[in-house]
Amino acid sequence: MAIPVTTTGLPEPTAGVGALRNRSALNRITKAIRTNRKATIGVVLMALFILIALFPGLLTRQDPNAITNHVFAHPSAAHWLGTDNLGRDVYAQVIHGTRNVLILAIVVGLLTTTVAMLIGVTAAYLGGISDSVLNLVTDVLLVIPIFPLLIIIAAYLPNAGNNVLILVLTFTGWSYTARQLRSQAQSLRNRDFLMAARVRGERPFYIIVVEILPTMTSLLLASFLNNALYAVLAGSGLQFIGLGNANNVSWGTTLYWAQQNNALGSGLYLWAIVPGACIALLGAAFAFINYAFDEIGNPALRPLTAAKARKAAEASTKRRLASHGARAR
Amino acid sequence: MRYILRRAGFFLLTLWAAVSLNFFLPRIMPGNPINNIISKLHNVTSAQELAIEHSLGIDNTASIWKQYLTYLANTAQGRLGLSLGNGGEPVSQLIRQALPWTLGLVGISTILAFIIGTSIGAVAAWRRGSRIDSALPPLFVFTTAIPFFWVGMMLILIFSSVLGVLPSYGAYALGTTPSFSLSFIGQVLQYAILPALTLLITSIGGWVLTMRNTMVTTLTEDYVRMARAKGLSSSRIMVGYAARNAILPNLTGFAMSLGFVVSGAILVEYVFNYPGVGNMLLTAVNNVDYPLMQGLFLIITVCVLIAILLSDIATAILDPRTRTAG
Repeated sequence: MAIPVTTTGLPEPTAGVGALRNRSALNRITKAIRTNRKATIGVVLMALFILIALFPGLLTRQDPNAITNHVFAHPSAAHWLGTDNLGRDVYAQVIHGTRNVLILAIVVGLLTTTVAMLIGVTAAYLGGISDSVLNLVTDVLLVIPIFPLLIIIAAYLPNAGNNVLILVLTFTGWSYTARQLRSQAQSLRNRDFLMAARVRGERPFYIIVVEILPTMTSLLLASFLNNALYAVLAGSGLQFIGLGNANNVSWGTTLYWAQQNNALGSGLYLWAIVPGACIALLGAAFAFINYAFDEIGNPALRPLTAAKARKAAEASTKRRLASHGARAR
Repeated sequence: MRYILRRAGFFLLTLWAAVSLNFFLPRIMPGNPINNIISKLHNVTSAQELAIEHSLGIDNTASIWKQYLTYLANTAQGRLGLSLGNGGEPVSQLIRQALPWTLGLVGISTILAFIIGTSIGAVAAWRRGSRIDSALPPLFVFTTAIPFFWVGMMLILIFSSVLGVLPSYGAYALGTTPSFSLSFIGQVLQYAILPALTLLITSIGGWVLTMRNTMVTTLTEDYVRMARAKGLSSSRIMVGYAARNAILPNLTGFAMSLGFVVSGAILVEYVFNYPGVGNMLLTAVNNVDYPLMQGLFLIITVCVLIAILLSDIATAILDPRTRTAG
């Protein structure tokens, strides 16, 4: 793998320190996306899916719900991926299904991370009994097998549309993030800047939102990506086994109909291949971006050549010594 | 020892939470599903109806708390009630038939995935900067994002539909009766190849990435440098010094991965129509067979807890620090 050769960017003289800071952060991110190959792949895939979700009409003029007499058609010029048991165009379903999947991923990613943030950080900040109780709830939800629980809840809510799916996935999906955020927040509890805020007499809400949360942005971002991936896989899984709304145009639902009608056994391969490949690619986009952020945040994980590996090890020792020195002072 | 006891206490609490979820979920859902099924019971005898009501803890004369206590007591004694389908067989008996299939399939493929994945991760970290190390992480990042059921469908497509070399349906050929003969065992193994491969492909990536990323860190530790300075052989440093310490997060991550494996197993059993608890759960959902559904959820939870407890014990054996830390 090629090692990106980066020149250390000299800070450009601009008016105002804040502007400079923002600009360099933005530069760092765009540079990271350009130089880290995993980030590039992830961002390009994501952009592609977002475009499809925004403008499905540009790629197909067929109505994904139009029922015709032309059932179980093999791929042809008129129907690129064939048609399903009701004569609906599979290609149009895949294109129009993108929006539902993407909404599910992004909304569940945001909601689970928010709930986890509220519970995890509050627990760590308050300490004492409230911490113990919240932590116990988190731990219990962490070890209860989530997917069977999802199935049971979905079974009590037949024909769950996207909104119900979002609520259920959020209810079951926040615990892992909450635990991570809690331990991160705990490690901050006795830092000087929080002490200072408390001495200043700031309210807990202010301290949590203004002082603690900004220190966790990278962890929050990673959690969002992780939870979005979870939503894509678990949501599609539920739809695939028939627990979503069967009339909702979505990749998992298309696969459900493919499985129900034995697409693999009757030679209608593309009906089963393409929607699943889309799920895998969207999932990969989230996973690649997440892994790239990991690498950017933790240089030790980056791919290296053997010679550079040795150099990096030496550098990390030096860094460690330097930070020891700084702490001693 | 105290650590293990504390964990056991926590697991009892989790179990209680699972039972309570079973009891309260149908009661807080819109449309009151519990009352709905009672109205759906026509082809059962009044004795069966009573048994079903018992198993779900329904007793309209008693208060909800009294119903809850009765339900807890019944579940604790293993009385899971009667299935609404399957000719009204006891839920516990149905579970007993399905459980061995799932335990065999999931157990073997999880252990294989753990061993193969951790080894690959360890080698990738050891050969830092080699071609293996730069090619593997992206590959496994990708495999963790593929949906289980789709991997299963693709394997069926390749090995059953196109090549026609492996069976894609069930755990053994229709018409054969299970026995402990050599030919039957061979058949079971043959039928298990595709489902096990599906689980392996989708769960191995997590092990590889965690192992590689922790081992990269342990390799820079002073005790590894010390081992090098002492002139120990490479393989000894890799396995006994770096890998042994790096494997701990993998073991504690076991709890996290189990949920993943369970969800995979359910979907895989469904795709391959494998006669395990996952497939049974989905059939129960389709038949609105609430007692069976609840019993299966409970038994899956119990299995996951036992597996986590085992990984806790393994961690305690490998890492002396957990034994002393409270």
